[in-house]
Amino acid sequence: MTSQTANQPRQAPVATPYLEVSDLRVTFPTPDGAVTAVRGLNYSLPLGRTLAIVGESGSGKSVSSMAVMGLHDPKSTRISGSIKVGGQEIVGMSPAALRKHRGTGAAMIFQDPQSSLHPYFTIGNQIVESYRAHHAVSKRAARERAAEMLNRVGIPNPRRRLDSYPHEFSGGMRQRAMIAMALVNDPKLLIADEPTTALDVTVQAQILDLIQDLQRDFGSAVVFITHDLGVVAQVADDVLVMYAGNAVEHGTVRQVLGAPLHPYAWGLLESLPAVSGEPAPLHPIPGSPPSLLAVPGGCPFHPRCEFRDRVPGAMCTTVAPDLVARTADPAHTSRCHLPAPDRVFASEILPRLP
Amino acid sequence: MTEPLLRLDNVAMHFRTKGDGFLARRNQTVQAVDGVDLTLAAGETLGLVGESGCGKSTTARLITRLLEPTAGRILVEGDDIAHLDERRLRPYRKEIQLIFQDPYSSLNPRHTVGAIVGTALRTHNLVEKGGELRRVQELLELVGLNPEHYKRYPHEFSGGQRQRIGIARALAARPKIIVADEPVSALDVSIQAQVMNLLESLRSELGIAFVFIAHDLGVVRHFCDRIAVMYLGRVVEEGPRDGLYDAPQHPYTQALLSAVPDVGVVRGVPPRQRIRLAGDPPSPIDPPSGCRFRTRCWKAQDICATQDPALIERAPAQQVACHFAAPPAASLVAEAV
Amino acid sequence: MLLYILKRVLSAISVVFVALVASFALFFLAPTDPAGVICGNRCTPERVADIRSSLGLDEPPAEQITGYIKGIFAGRDFTNGGTVQHCDAPCLGYSYSLGQPVTKLLAQAVPVTISVVIGAAVVYLFLGALLGTMAAQRRGSPSDKLLMGSAITINSIPYFVFALLVALYVTVLPHPQYTSFLSNPIAWAGGLVAAWLTLGVTNTASYTRYARASMIESLGQDFVRTARSKGISERRVVYRHGLRAALTPLATIFGIDLAGQLTGALFTESIFGLPGLGVLTLRAFNQYDLPVLMGCVLLGAVVLVVMNLVVDIVYTFLDPRVRLG
Ligand SMILES: Nc1ncnc2c1ncn2[C@@H]1O[C@H](COP(=O)(O)OP(=O)(O)OP(=O)(O)O)[C@@H](O)[C@H]1O
Ligand SMILES: Nc1ncnc2c1ncn2[C@@H]1O[C@H](COP(=O)(O)OP(=O)(O)O)[C@@H](O)[C@H]1O
Ligand code: SF4
Ligand code: SF4
Ligand SMILES: [Mg+2]
Ligand SMILES: [Mg+2]
Repeated sequence: MTSQTANQPRQAPVATPYLEVSDLRVTFPTPDGAVTAVRGLNYSLPLGRTLAIVGESGSGKSVSSMAVMGLHDPKSTRISGSIKVGGQEIVGMSPAALRKHRGTGAAMIFQDPQSSLHPYFTIGNQIVESYRAHHAVSKRAARERAAEMLNRVGIPNPRRRLDSYPHEFSGGMRQRAMIAMALVNDPKLLIADEPTTALDVTVQAQILDLIQDLQRDFGSAVVFITHDLGVVAQVADDVLVMYAGNAVEHGTVRQVLGAPLHPYAWGLLESLPAVSGEPAPLHPIPGSPPSLLAVPGGCPFHPRCEFRDRVPGAMCTTVAPDLVARTADPAHTSRCHLPAPDRVFASEILPRLP
Repeated sequence: MTEPLLRLDNVAMHFRTKGDGFLARRNQTVQAVDGVDLTLAAGETLGLVGESGCGKSTTARLITRLLEPTAGRILVEGDDIAHLDERRLRPYRKEIQLIFQDPYSSLNPRHTVGAIVGTALRTHNLVEKGGELRRVQELLELVGLNPEHYKRYPHEFSGGQRQRIGIARALAARPKIIVADEPVSALDVSIQAQVMNLLESLRSELGIAFVFIAHDLGVVRHFCDRIAVMYLGRVVEEGPRDGLYDAPQHPYTQALLSAVPDVGVVRGVPPRQRIRLAGDPPSPIDPPSGCRFRTRCWKAQDICATQDPALIERAPAQQVACHFAAPPAASLVAEAV
Repeated sequence: MLLYILKRVLSAISVVFVALVASFALFFLAPTDPAGVICGNRCTPERVADIRSSLGLDEPPAEQITGYIKGIFAGRDFTNGGTVQHCDAPCLGYSYSLGQPVTKLLAQAVPVTISVVIGAAVVYLFLGALLGTMAAQRRGSPSDKLLMGSAITINSIPYFVFALLVALYVTVLPHPQYTSFLSNPIAWAGGLVAAWLTLGVTNTASYTRYARASMIESLGQDFVRTARSKGISERRVVYRHGLRAALTPLATIFGIDLAGQLTGALFTESIFGLPGLGVLTLRAFNQYDLPVLMGCVLLGAVVLVVMNLVVDIVYTFLDPRVRLG
């Protein structure tokens, strides 16, 4: 029996992905040494699909997405690898081309709508600025467009609300306004960095509905960053699990949340207290994520992994695993040496889940 | 009937604030908590859930008497502590300990962990001279920290470890009640699960009663025997865990549960009925008349605007404040495809 | 809004009144007898008594102060050796040493001080915000370090030393003197350039530091990241979004500084020989010219109170979240 519509793949992946990240590395020099926050990330995303990036704080979700937006300060960041958005290479792009890319090629919404909007400018002013940065139109026409966008994201009295300041909006309305601002230039890629983490659950539900609804209308690609697996289950088509700056598992939402292959993904599922089903004891991952100044060799997850003894020949501590298919399913990849992870999941992990 | 360990009887906390706006300089009252009744038996765990600003933390600060209520009684084993002065509160302070949400700001950065936990011991004269260090180490071990680390400072610990220090400090007083205000909300899921397991083992080993506040409904369901749902300073529904999660009767509880995205759906757990509330909660400065939820309630009738619904038992031990309380028509039925 | 301003004005008036009474008490009841000072070296007790009665100093203090206040609102008469002299409201009395109405002296000095202070403020506000912003943008770079090093060096030189050095060595500037703006704007500006430069440069050093700190904070805010993500030019990000937020704390400091400078840019005026309020106050103090001194104190109190009100009102324009109330 299937009762879910949202999680069914909406369409087969289009041949040419709109967003293509290959071997992305992002390094920040710090007084304590170079911090490599993203280390060799690969993924791609076609139009019309939503990719959820999950992982604990510090795993490099935001840093990799800021790189896609071209938002890192080139003076204090070293970026290598390739990021192609709509066929255009972002890494090493000229500042002028980057400016055009930001807003039209890709747009971003952030975790805290309160601090992400400028407190001294009206909502209308801020949306108009976005629009006029990329369209040579009069202020009047831009205001018209801004009102239309506010209306589209479900803000009542949009024309009057254009003249409100952010502090006069509630948290949910602010995030709606942020979304309106991000979509005003019709970008084909929307990056949402924990857009609902600061919101109440009833408001979160409204915002998630809105993002999904807009995506269907605009046919854009969405990268949805979150650490909430429930949210992933609701919004995502594909899932990328990150750990210590790299992807450890990639697949569709059914694959990654329904039958995950990586011990870290198992740990996340087993750490999650459920809102429905039989309550099950939590089985947390021991220890805590590594410092990026000293990422363990071999598999970076090995100090916390309960399965490393099942891998022959101390491979876990010496050989870094690749992100490849580990089962018959070629579209479901994982970065772990463990043999037959699908059987381990089915026989040992699944029975423990609620 | 014997008195429960803790009972809140019609407790209210109205904060007086200066209004903003230049013409309207009249003082305003924030009805942060307005007529809350709660009970907590020894060893029991009571969960408090609700949206931001509904009065959960204020209730926590009332129970721990960091605030003095503007009305009502706070009974600890039958003694009203609502208006006791600091001196007479001393013995009750020991019995009721608070754990905070933010593991970063709730520990004094200039004190060692040993000093932080030791101070709690000394304040309540719980240890004879010379025994302090041993007891501190015992406590650190109990919460899963290395007992040799008592000389370290809070910044040398991770978020999860700092939360453990906060727990050790609360345990030092050997309390009967721990009020935990969002103790795991700031932590990553894997660390959150570690801390929850720790709290659970402490509860079963030490028999401490908990008032456990969280906005994550999964966390509350996991940890609590009984749950109270708050909305705009009131308790709108209260009952045993299974009744409340499986057959919530207040429209707000139903909407709240429906809004939680559930990872189980991917594995075929049937999703809840889909209810979407519009808008945000109104301001506690000027709450709606009658039922406070009526501005967002899809079941509201005329009577809801005039009559404040009382908290009435509608199912065994499950109390609901709604004129039209009823289990959801299709509680666990999948949404129509 | 009006109600608020009315309330503030009332409280301002009471502050000024308290300042008036307090300074009256301090000066007029002080042990030094102004009559003795005026009388000079070869003085007889009779002459002192004469002077005292002509100044009204022989009256009880309460009468003196009511007379003074009445003078401000209604004007008053002075009897000097049999002749009656009427002093129109607002009357602050006559200078002991110059014999002129205090109001007239103040009216001459105020435009000088305002010219000096406002001119310099234009220089240091503009340069300070600009340099501070540039330094914040290039935080940690050699140009930032150089700029901050120079600012700290300039700030560590005592102001009067700095002013003296300018006056002595920077001789290419026109000779400092005050000409009324209305009579000859070019001469007005030329005569003030040296003062503007001196006051302007030292304050630029401080304002660069304030602006840099404020900008560093503001550029780290989330809304600046949002602005960048919109694809607007970096200049717009920094100056429209970043600087706009950084200006609010600067405005507070500026309000206080300006009030201080308006009540007398003492060193600047005396070193460059500009007859402003600072010079007037100093001269009155040296000669124990009480009415002038009182006038200066009163004016200072008014300026302070007004600047406070102005800062608060300006704040509501700068930050829409702040509402007067
Ligand atoms: N000292 C105070 N003065 C005025 N209002 C206050 C004060 N403390 C709390 N409030 C108000 O009381 C209401 C309830 O606050 P409380 O902190 O109890 O909410 P909460 O349920 O804990 O929310 P959250 O989930 O955000 O922690 C809020 O509207 C809050 O703004
Ligand atoms: N500008 C920076 N300089 C140094 N380290 C940084 C910087 N930005 C991010 N990092 C580090 O990179 C890591 C990944 O950060 P981030 O992508 O924000 O994590 P998250 O997955 O929580 O979004 C973190 O350890 C963070 O401290
Ligand atoms: S590679 Fe080894 S250590 Fe890493 S996740 Fe797999 S089993 Fe665990
Ligand atoms: S009393 Fe009325 S408004 Fe309140 S929850 Fe029940 S039906 Fe809704
Ligand atoms: Mg992040
Ligand atoms: Mg709270």
